[in-house]
Amino acid sequence: MENAHLEEQVHAAKAFFLNTSDGDSSNLYDHLAECLGKILEERPDNALGKFEEISRSVKREKLSPRPDVIQDSQGISSRAEVATIQKSLFMSSQGEDGDAEFDDEVDVPFPNLMDVMSNFEQGGIGIGKDQAYRIFLALKQLTTQQPLASVRFWGIIFGIEASYIIAEGEYQEGHEEEEEEEEEEEAKQEDQDGDGEGKDNEEDSEEKDVLPESQWKPPPVIPKEETRMGTNKKVYFVCNTPGDKWVKLPHVKPAEIVAARCIRKLFTGNLESPVVGYPPFPGREEHLLRAQIGRISATTQISPAGYYMCEEEEDEGEDDAPKPIEVNPEFEMGKLSEYADGSMNNWSHHIQYILPQGRCQWFNPVPKADDEFEEDEEDEDKEQPEELEPETGPQILTAVAEDERVEGMPAWSARLSSSIIPQYAVAVVSSNLWPGAHAYVSGKNNFENIYIGWGLKYSSTPFNPLLPPAVQDEFPTGADITETKDPTAEEEAALKALQEEAEKAAEEEEEPEDSEDEG
Amino acid sequence: MDSESLSLNLEYASSSGIVLSVEKRASLLTSLTLVQQSYKFHRVKFWGIIKGIQNDYYIIQGIGKDEIRGRKGLYSQDCVDWRLLPHVDETMCVKSSLLPGRFTGDPSFILEHKVTNRIGKGEITPEKSTIVEMKEEERLAAVIRRIDEEVAVVPRGAYMRTPLNEVVANKSFQGLSLPEAKQLKYYYHFKEPEVEDVNKTITQPIDFLTSIDQDIPKGKLQLVVIINDIV
Repeated sequence: MENAHLEEQVHAAKAFFLNTSDGDSSNLYDHLAECLGKILEERPDNALGKFEEISRSVKREKLSPRPDVIQDSQGISSRAEVATIQKSLFMSSQGEDGDAEFDDEVDVPFPNLMDVMSNFEQGGIGIGKDQAYRIFLALKQLTTQQPLASVRFWGIIFGIEASYIIAEGEYQEGHEEEEEEEEEEEAKQEDQDGDGEGKDNEEDSEEKDVLPESQWKPPPVIPKEETRMGTNKKVYFVCNTPGDKWVKLPHVKPAEIVAARCIRKLFTGNLESPVVGYPPFPGREEHLLRAQIGRISATTQISPAGYYMCEEEEDEGEDDAPKPIEVNPEFEMGKLSEYADGSMNNWSHHIQYILPQGRCQWFNPVPKADDEFEEDEEDEDKEQPEELEPETGPQILTAVAEDERVEGMPAWSARLSSSIIPQYAVAVVSSNLWPGAHAYVSGKNNFENIYIGWGLKYSSTPFNPLLPPAVQDEFPTGADITETKDPTAEEEAALKALQEEAEKAAEEEEEPEDSEDEG
Repeated sequence: MDSESLSLNLEYASSSGIVLSVEKRASLLTSLTLVQQSYKFHRVKFWGIIKGIQNDYYIIQGIGKDEIRGRKGLYSQDCVDWRLLPHVDETMCVKSSLLPGRFTGDPSFILEHKVTNRIGKGEITPEKSTIVEMKEEERLAAVIRRIDEEVAVVPRGAYMRTPLNEVVANKSFQGLSLPEAKQLKYYYHFKEPEVEDVNKTITQPIDFLTSIDQDIPKGKLQLVVIINDIV
């Protein structure tokens, strides 16, 4: 009992010590604990005599504000943020492996960008050595993240808020299919979502008035080209600053290329931002970016004539099939002055032309009717639309000299980088159709393409958007749908009088008729 | 950019995708010194490049006593020989705005263009077409002046006006701080302000230019802060 009583008293005393005085968060208990702690820590000679002093100094310490409150709290500046991101680029891979041996025989899947950029710099094109080196490191980072067989720096497309650094690569054999499957699954999910919405609408419409069904059928969707084919031959990765995460761009669909040709829009620098314009663009900025990259590549990626050659495969059956190209091992470069010649006879396109349809290889939107041919010939003649003329364009490896002129200007400007020492110069050609697209060639089969620009085609006239389609015809007006005028009272009276007269006349006629019949 | 710190400044501007080759840079540094000497300029500034189809034009501006009114433009195609740009008047500016297309690279080339004017608002508009002729050299000068008037901007405080109404560089200008550099109102059009206020000369030696945040349409000039570009 006594123990319990004592405990109660102790608790009551502790509670009393823990009371906070008015306007202050500190209490006697904590103060005594701190004082005793300090005494034990310092162990002064005359603890009793110095107790007041210690107590006062403990109290004073609490009053003094913490130093970091007064000092400027330094937020992370945007420069520091970028620097933090870029620091990862400069980490050498040796740290991870422990004892990494430098093996110069291992192939790196990307070219020496500094070499390439220094050649471009001679022609007055470049982004500065520091930035070029950072991009170079970022490319290396990309190859460690993705199983790429080859990768090169494609160029830069400026945006209003940020610019895109673009890398062009090809996956190693077999690695791509996995990614493809993922994408397809996503696409399927989207389709399912779309179906769900459609059903909802149908249910709604049943409850309400049944609206007349539209007779319009959407034109058949032109399928996108398969991976490693035509417009989707290469994969593209983008980032805003070197060191950022590389984002893989989706494969391009023909509809996107067709729509991108009709609009003219600056990029913002954010892949997710919507593309507002007329005609409506099917997708977000990443799709537009991919479409523009495809268009620019197809028009401006050129190489010295003869460097690539068509593989000799004798597929006589399919003339349409694009011939794969390979590097000609026996190729030797001509004189440099030949490549700086304005006629552009010694350059050829090594990317296939994109047809108006938005594909490199023409797709027939009209399904082939071979299977049904025997069954009903007559129907076919009526229903089958006319066989469409396949769209054709220049073949791959066509000479650049055959490019169409751009509003009176030659399509390309070619020049030597130096007139003082032409022997050591490089030949630089610049596209006039896509300002910002350049290619250089220097000795020893050394050539490269680059694009640094706004992603817009050249146009001397102000851009005019497409006109909206013509207004649809009204329903044909005719007697059966024209609203009749309400008759006035006089007209009604007149009609009534006429009817009465007619009735009378009829009655009169009937009577003689009857008599005649009887007679 | 100033001829004296050209190499460094070119490095800052290189994110635009256009750089000067080593040959051009070296020859600029040599020839600009000679230009400054022979034309008796206070300073010489490298204005930029106008790309032509066959050849490019390299533009410099020599600066006399006054930073705005004392500017003279010179052009060159090889960065060695410099020629004065012709004087530009208002009609040349209007003319150049009617001409489409790129420069050829030949200063004596005469560009002809048919301009169609629509007069009247009736349904049948009589179309009057006139042929505008302009020598490429004159067009170049006019275009440079238009670019200067429309988009030449300077940070606030970089230039000041003396009581004698001369615009001079502010020697105590230290650059803008990062928060300031991100705001459009800290940039001014570098041209004669349209509304002249006599009192401003004395009371506001710094804010005598028009700020670019009053431009129409909004967002005509978008500020892109690139980390490297802050001097």
